[in-house]
Amino acid sequence: MPLLEIKDMTVGYGRIEALHGISLSVESGELVTLIGANGAGKTTTMRAISGVRPLTRGSIMFDGQDITRMKAHLRVLAGIVQAPEGRGVFPGMTVQENLDMGHYARKFANKAEYQATLDHVFELFPRLKERRAQMGGTMSGGEQQMVAIGRALMARPRLLLLDEPSMGLAPMIIQQIFRIVSEINATGTTILLVEQNAQQALSRSDRAYILETGEVVKSGPGPELLADPAIKEAYLGVA
Amino acid sequence: MSSLLSVGALADGSWLAVPAISFNIEALGDRFWSLTIEGLAYGSIYALVAVGYTLVYGVLRLINFAHSEIFMLGMFGQYAVLMLLGFSPSGNAYAEGAVMTIVYLGIAMIGGMLISGGAAVGLERVAYRPLRKRNAPSLVFLITAIGASFVIQEFVHFVLPALTDGELGGVNAQQPIRLVEQKEQFTIFGASVTNVTLIIIGSALVLALATDMFVNRTKFGRGIRAVAQDPTTATLMGISRERIIMLTFLIGGVLAGAAALLYTLRVPNGIIYSGGFILGIKAFCAAVLGGIGNLRGALLGGLILGVMENYGQILFGTAWRDVVAFALLILILMFRPTGILGETLGRARA
Repeated sequence: MPLLEIKDMTVGYGRIEALHGISLSVESGELVTLIGANGAGKTTTMRAISGVRPLTRGSIMFDGQDITRMKAHLRVLAGIVQAPEGRGVFPGMTVQENLDMGHYARKFANKAEYQATLDHVFELFPRLKERRAQMGGTMSGGEQQMVAIGRALMARPRLLLLDEPSMGLAPMIIQQIFRIVSEINATGTTILLVEQNAQQALSRSDRAYILETGEVVKSGPGPELLADPAIKEAYLGVA
Repeated sequence: MSSLLSVGALADGSWLAVPAISFNIEALGDRFWSLTIEGLAYGSIYALVAVGYTLVYGVLRLINFAHSEIFMLGMFGQYAVLMLLGFSPSGNAYAEGAVMTIVYLGIAMIGGMLISGGAAVGLERVAYRPLRKRNAPSLVFLITAIGASFVIQEFVHFVLPALTDGELGGVNAQQPIRLVEQKEQFTIFGASVTNVTLIIIGSALVLALATDMFVNRTKFGRGIRAVAQDPTTATLMGISRERIIMLTFLIGGVLAGAAALLYTLRVPNGIIYSGGFILGIKAFCAAVLGGIGNLRGALLGGLILGVMENYGQILFGTAWRDVVAFALLILILMFRPTGILGETLGRARA
């Protein structure tokens, strides 16, 4: 049974339909990527999974439970945690406060568990430890992305949703972020990643879905799609 | 100064009496300290009420104009509690001794806080939540707020007396129940400090500190700030926005209720259905003055407004008191459009 299973999901903004019945699934432990151009419906998909965008048709199953109508804040408790597009770092809170927002809904069993989770985040992002007291709004783009991912990890997600973590970052930082994404996945966290940076994303994913104007047009193992000539031409800029 | 009247002719030839504007800088100098202390007392009441405007604005981007009526209900709430405790209007203040007076005032304050807090949450449920569910444009919220304000006023004006056998509400102000006789306790720079002033400033200080701690140090406070700074991401963090909104109205209401009791100590015959209106507008001014959405801004704005209007009424004449408050607001906004401490709950503007 997949950890996440989306069937025939349709989402609209007013009368405009952004997703026309997409289906996808994520198995436990996988790193799955959603590739697509601007406006293909990637962020809408993520928002629908997190519950901030209602479905007009279709269903979302998480760990065998129907969560189609579940409230957004309860999905966090269920284990679905997102680092949103544009990072969503709280500008007027310190790095530490931002990280603590991650486990707002979720209580730790004891202080040691909290400390262990925090230490894990600081291990992945030593930069955040140095900048604990700095205001989120004054951090660079790469650092803000680290805050966003670290904050999501503080909730101990079962499914981590990453919406375009490479957006607007320098190539070197992108490398670093992708390395850390692989590392998080390797330690057992299931990840659904949305990306425009197809090269990096596909080479690191177990599987991927190609989204075009609100529909899944292709899916398969990451490396296989990377070798697909049509995808090479459309998303990697090579003929 | 208000006894000086200048007379102006209207277009139809009749005469209109206009309070004269004076410029009495000597009086300001003579009474500087007593004006400052008195101004701080008024200002701390504005500050407590201003918190309600600023927090709600922070999380909803809504000016809750009915907040002045929440304050007014608090005045009736504490009055009703005093009646239930067995007090009745009398000419002289009761002499219960310091300890018992503080106990009774404490109970009355809690009563006012409960009534105002409950009313604020109820108002949110009945008036604003349905609009949010329907994604109403912000103008509709504003008009609803003004409408709610009238509804609450008229409820106290017409319905409350019917419900209470004419004991509460109606067209006239309540006969004051006075527990504290204003008495000088000590002087600062020759200015007398009364027991009432001490109670007002002391209580307001404690409540303001508690609120500041709550918003800046506790988990729920972090939730409020998160919703104010980025509502969508806050939801993704597992924060129930609806619950935070309710909590925000509750805090604002509770503080307005406490302010209501403090206000009636200073203005015992101000308990009337229309009694929240001007004070509410002033508190709103205070919130804007300090930077609407900013908690410490509201507290600071309240104090500044209270002190400045007190200076102003001596400088220009008592009739000009309200004018001073609003002129000050316009003046400060001309030079600092986001208010003294800037907008929103601690948001660092890039």
